[in-house]
Amino acid sequence: MLTILFDGIAYGMLLFVLACGLAVTLGLMNFVNLAHGAFAMAGGYLTVILMNGYGVSFFWCLPAAFLVAALLGAILERTLYRHLYDRSHLDQVLFSVGLIFIAISAVDFFMGARQQIVTLPEILRGRVDIFGVPVGASRLFIIGMCALIMVALQYVLAYTRFGSRLRAAVDDGRVARGLGINVGAVFAITFAVGSGLAGLGGALGADILGLDPTFPLRFMIYFLIVVTVGGTSSITGPFIASLILGVADVAGKYYFPAAGSFVIYAVTVGLLLWRPYGLLARENAR
Amino acid sequence: MNDKPTNEDRPVSPQVASSGVDKSAAVRLIARKNAWNPLEIVFWLAALASVFLLPKSYLLLNDIAILALFALSLDLLLGYAGILSLGHAAFFGLGAYAAGLFSIHVSAEPVTGLLVAAVVAGIVGFLSSFLVLRGSDLTRLMITLGVALMLLEAANQARSVTGGADGLSGMIMDPVLGQFPFDLWGKTAYIYSLTVLFVLFLIARRLVRSPFGLSLTAIKGNLTRATTAGVNSNRRLVAVYTIAAVYAGIAGALLAQTSQFVSLDVLAFQRSADGLLVLVIGGTGYLYGGLIGAVIFKIMHDTISTITPQYWLFWLGLLLVIIVMVGRDRIFAGPRRAVTWVGERTAWLLRRGER
Repeated sequence: MLTILFDGIAYGMLLFVLACGLAVTLGLMNFVNLAHGAFAMAGGYLTVILMNGYGVSFFWCLPAAFLVAALLGAILERTLYRHLYDRSHLDQVLFSVGLIFIAISAVDFFMGARQQIVTLPEILRGRVDIFGVPVGASRLFIIGMCALIMVALQYVLAYTRFGSRLRAAVDDGRVARGLGINVGAVFAITFAVGSGLAGLGGALGADILGLDPTFPLRFMIYFLIVVTVGGTSSITGPFIASLILGVADVAGKYYFPAAGSFVIYAVTVGLLLWRPYGLLARENAR
Repeated sequence: MNDKPTNEDRPVSPQVASSGVDKSAAVRLIARKNAWNPLEIVFWLAALASVFLLPKSYLLLNDIAILALFALSLDLLLGYAGILSLGHAAFFGLGAYAAGLFSIHVSAEPVTGLLVAAVVAGIVGFLSSFLVLRGSDLTRLMITLGVALMLLEAANQARSVTGGADGLSGMIMDPVLGQFPFDLWGKTAYIYSLTVLFVLFLIARRLVRSPFGLSLTAIKGNLTRATTAGVNSNRRLVAVYTIAAVYAGIAGALLAQTSQFVSLDVLAFQRSADGLLVLVIGGTGYLYGGLIGAVIFKIMHDTISTITPQYWLFWLGLLLVIIVMVGRDRIFAGPRRAVTWVGERTAWLLRRGER
């Protein structure tokens, strides 16, 4: 029972790291980027290539995945995404679905359609007892990493100059621009960091989530759930949403295996009916 | 979102268009807008001719007709009511499974099967429309997608009923109207699908030109203003969502009946995305977009798949990105304007000839 809870929390925190970039993209520029999972997939595959091809340690792959995904995000933002901010949602959806398709077939072409296997280092493979509850060491590592990231994000958002600029831009982009904040630059950086975090999450979760070319499509719905349920006005909302989602998904699959992912979709639709604008959001938020 | 040639490009003087008082002028305007453009007649004659001229491609043509009907139903939502749905395949799949199960367990009569599928899809569409009305665009995307995924998951898990990942097989359809049995080359199938498409198209055409359709356009243009003007927008949106669901359900039923097989991919995300792409190729908001788009999309699919069977998805993605980057309106406005111009011109010449 507690093990399931623990696994659920690990899963949820992983989802948070994967999705928090999307929360900012949606909140800040009101941009529906369905292709967010492609960056996570890039991070995951980079890890696979580095580890299996070049024998790089798993722990070094994580920062590499972050950097490469962030770079990829920055490049795409500057070249393509930038032009679509003021377009309709239909255009944004079509564009990002197109990107997903390209990513899927590109990965399929270079890496093959089979699921990739990541061999975790020795130290993460065992089980650890915490208060008498046996938990997987890799899960513990994930929770630790994600907690660290969460704290760092919270710190940056709440206490730094960049954070206050970002919050101002999210709250009201037009006024922020009027106050001399370079919203475009803030957004470019945030987009890159968000993509980087997705890449990091993809690398961290390559083992738990399973890595194959359909990754962006499989997890698109999870990211969207996190963001829509959590709302985009703060980082706490998506965090709570990820935890609920993670625990509900793991518990649902354990207790009602016959229902599969049904539980999670039902929970989501229910939550959205109860709070159509997100768990913590105000009524008039976007 | 899109320029609608029916509203802007007609040679109507602004006084006539805006004078609500002069009722006869308004009636005349609507009658003129409802008149058949010669190009529309050419389009349907071409469709009819394909029955006789392209006997080797009945299977492809049948696919086109079904995709066209699916896109048509999506156009009612997107092009007229402005509802962006990522999960329209939900109703397509529901219709397909309803028709499939009905033919196995109750009766293999095709037309009854279509009606059953329409009713099932309509009921679910009606119920889920209340979910879709809530929240912002994003919530809407999420809920449509969520409903489709729920159904996919349900169909996947309910193996005893739907056959799960193996698909629903064992369908044997009776002849259409007791007269025309389904043949191996798909001739009956194509004529059947085309007839259904044509009938439903006529209904849709009538619908969007009725006051109901005009009020939908008003809602799409400005929800607050339409509501202030006395349009009960929620009720209209529920209605159009239900109608679109019925259309998609019938499209799914056609696929199930003509291929006599239903697999899980009738509910897949890919299908919803395909529908959107078809509409984007053909253009939204004038009903023919879905039909023309379906023709182009399927022919493109067929051609590319024969060259690189595996990486069709890549080209599809690239095409989407390019279309969006260049701008949908910029790519398609030119040809569309040309088509409208030809139509206007012929109509004018015909009128002059009559005099």
